[in-house]
Amino acid sequence: MGSRASSLLREEDIEEIKRETGFSHSQITRLYSRFHSLDKGENGALSREDFQRIPELAINPLGDRIINAFFPEGEDQVNFRGFMRTLAHFRPVEDNEKNKNLTSGEPLNSRANKLLFAFRLYDLDRDDKISRDELLQVLRMMVGVNISDEQLGSIADRTIQEADTNGDMCISFSEFTKVLEKVDVEQKMSIRFLH
Amino acid sequence: MRMRMMKMLLLLGLCCGPVCCGQNQSDPRDQRVFPVLSVNYDYVQMPFEVSLWILLASLLKLGFHLLPRLSAVVPESCLLIVVGLLVGGLIRVMGKKPPVLDSQLFFLCLLPPIILDAGYFLPLRPFTENAGTILSFAVLGTLWNTFFTGALLYACRPAALELLPCLLFGSIVSAVDPVAVLAVFEEIHINELLHILVFGESLLNDAVTVVLYHLFEEFAHAGEVTAGDVFLGVVCFFVVALGGVLVGGVYGVLAAFTSRFTSHTRVIEPLFVFLYSYMAYLSAEVFHLSGIMALIACGVIMRPYVEANISHKSYTTIKYFLKMWSSVSETLIFVFLGVSTVAGPHAWNWTFVTITIVLCLLSRVLGVVGLTFIINKYRMVKLSGKDQFIVAYGGLRGAIAFSLAFLLSSDDFPMKDMFLTAIITVIFFTVFVQGMTIRPLVDLLAVKKRKESKCSINEEIHTQFLEHLLAGIEGVCGHYGHHHWRDKLNRFNKRYIKRCLIGGERSQEPQLVSFYNKMELKQALMLLESNSSANLSTAVTAAAPRQRSLKTLNISKEREEEIRKILRANLQKTQQRLRSYSRHTLMPDAEDDWSETLLKKQQEEMERRMSNFLTVPAAPARRLESGERLRSGSFFFSERSAGEVNARRKPSVKFSLEPPKPPRGPEHLLEEDEELMHRRH
Repeated sequence: MGSRASSLLREEDIEEIKRETGFSHSQITRLYSRFHSLDKGENGALSREDFQRIPELAINPLGDRIINAFFPEGEDQVNFRGFMRTLAHFRPVEDNEKNKNLTSGEPLNSRANKLLFAFRLYDLDRDDKISRDELLQVLRMMVGVNISDEQLGSIADRTIQEADTNGDMCISFSEFTKVLEKVDVEQKMSIRFLH
Repeated sequence: MRMRMMKMLLLLGLCCGPVCCGQNQSDPRDQRVFPVLSVNYDYVQMPFEVSLWILLASLLKLGFHLLPRLSAVVPESCLLIVVGLLVGGLIRVMGKKPPVLDSQLFFLCLLPPIILDAGYFLPLRPFTENAGTILSFAVLGTLWNTFFTGALLYACRPAALELLPCLLFGSIVSAVDPVAVLAVFEEIHINELLHILVFGESLLNDAVTVVLYHLFEEFAHAGEVTAGDVFLGVVCFFVVALGGVLVGGVYGVLAAFTSRFTSHTRVIEPLFVFLYSYMAYLSAEVFHLSGIMALIACGVIMRPYVEANISHKSYTTIKYFLKMWSSVSETLIFVFLGVSTVAGPHAWNWTFVTITIVLCLLSRVLGVVGLTFIINKYRMVKLSGKDQFIVAYGGLRGAIAFSLAFLLSSDDFPMKDMFLTAIITVIFFTVFVQGMTIRPLVDLLAVKKRKESKCSINEEIHTQFLEHLLAGIEGVCGHYGHHHWRDKLNRFNKRYIKRCLIGGERSQEPQLVSFYNKMELKQALMLLESNSSANLSTAVTAAAPRQRSLKTLNISKEREEEIRKILRANLQKTQQRLRSYSRHTLMPDAEDDWSETLLKKQQEEMERRMSNFLTVPAAPARRLESGERLRSGSFFFSERSAGEVNARRKPSVKFSLEPPKPPRGPEHLLEEDEELMHRRH
């Protein structure tokens, strides 16, 4: 199962991905076979349609946003490196890493980077602020069609009122972080990549 | 009027006396005088004594909290046992035999309220997130404790005991007790994770304990153990555990379904919750299934649906009744433990008791450390050494162990008294020594305490957001993990189950919206009760304490007073109407009158008028909306009614009214707010 796919993946690539993302060898090969199975066009890169074929994403209210998060600015294809880079955000935080001094700066799966990833999913226009409209869009996606605009608007207002500290009626990244300081983000935003 | 009646009655009584006496005197054989005042204690003895005990327990609880210094050092459970000892001693001194904690009374009356309280209010998210860990501690940990203790006891042979009685004793004494854990952990406020680990373990190990207990009892009876019996034992465990959960689930679904139809008989809503839960417990006990697991399952399953269906008052009633009963039960259990210690036949055996205590501690520590080593490989947030220490140290034994030992028949187990004594000693040791020292140890080790978190709409939204995100990412990875299944369950729940079990409109309401409504309601009631002299707008933002210079409104003091008076008057009317009192009906709830068409019409009228007056520009409108809405005095209704009014012309201010009040009220509010609007521009 994995051996045919992993033959397309060179050892140097695996080493580089390991260094960049922190995944182990077996995890990388396993995810490569998943990447390969999603890649119907067999061209070594995934397009949006490939993602949309995944049933869980189709029924997920945030499906489109998640798909967009994989694709870097303006591009339509994502290669394996990019795929792994996005997934690296969801690696569990390991204890021994907290003390390790990585030369490449903060690891991708640190708490701050996880929160930044989530923040960017809200903040579509990348202005580093979640405006009321952006919040309303997300709420509408999560809540469905039965709730009226006014009700949703009041929820959005209340949310912004709670989080906003500098009075600009938007949620900046620091305010976002502060609001979630009691939530165990390390656990909530981690997936166990089993062998 | 009353005085006159009393005088007449007294006169009548006095008259009857001599009259009857006169009649009796005519019969020389019967010289008895008609007793005006007689004593007949036997008639009321049972209920009288029960009530006296409960009263004593409640007064004790009252007393402890009047001595803050004492209750800060010594946990309540210890004090209660000491009081029990004193009371038992007193009764003995008086010459009577002190009552022993009757097992039937314990298991059927005292234990269920505590477990139901725990199960109904079980924090579900941390429980499910740590379910694997909890289960392994409960099942594997208890098994390890039992066999380790039993085997080593047999090896030491303190009183020429056979293997089976040793194992039986091991199974009784190794179960962590939920009552004791609750009593002690309630007061030390450790972080949620540790609390749910120890507490969850104490609840779920009931299944293991029940199976092992019955198993060893049967084997001791039969005298011979074959491999087939062991296999049946394992099967029995699964039957007991899953059967208990199934029974609880069935009753939970029934309760949820019943609550769907109770909108016209709000008075008896809490009764359904209690009765179905108790029936679940009793039904499970009929088949020797795990009653505790049935009760927990029932509470957990019925809670979301019942809470969506019942009125706010019923919810409060359920909450307070459960807390009250569990509190009284807990107090009674500990007092009776103390009394039983004085009463019970004791057979003190130094070696047995010391070995038991040592083995209990040892097996607990080894079990926790060993299991954590294995579990940490599968956990995302590993358990540190400190966590392990608290989990091991928090393994308290309690009244369940005592009652199980008490149930043993003296014929099969001649060493029953020795067992009882040993168990009591272990219980005393864990509750006193461990219970008293755990609080300073928690402070010493700087274990994370429970964070006092206010409910925050932000946390709720973002948590749900993250759950969706993670479910999607798991889909991308092709990994069917925790999030995937939870997502599936939620979807199934929303599509099928909620439709059946929740009545009316609430079945379509997403979780986020109901959370938000609850929050607004809470805040509204808080605002009313706080009655502060602060500016109205700053009172509103007291929930989010920051300086909000943008939102302060320049209202004069008199205007403010007027507004507050109106708010108070209208809101208080909801609470204090006692015009007609009938035992069978409550005053209609504010929430019940939602679908009143009268209300709808008034709303539409109000909005039409409001929108005519307003020319609020787009940007400041947002500030106004939330501020105005909250200040309109009916803020806790605004969300619901806004949903009903389908006027799509985007009115800039949402208004809602309180249920049928004298028409003056809302108009006044409207006028106030209109003037406020005008003042702003």
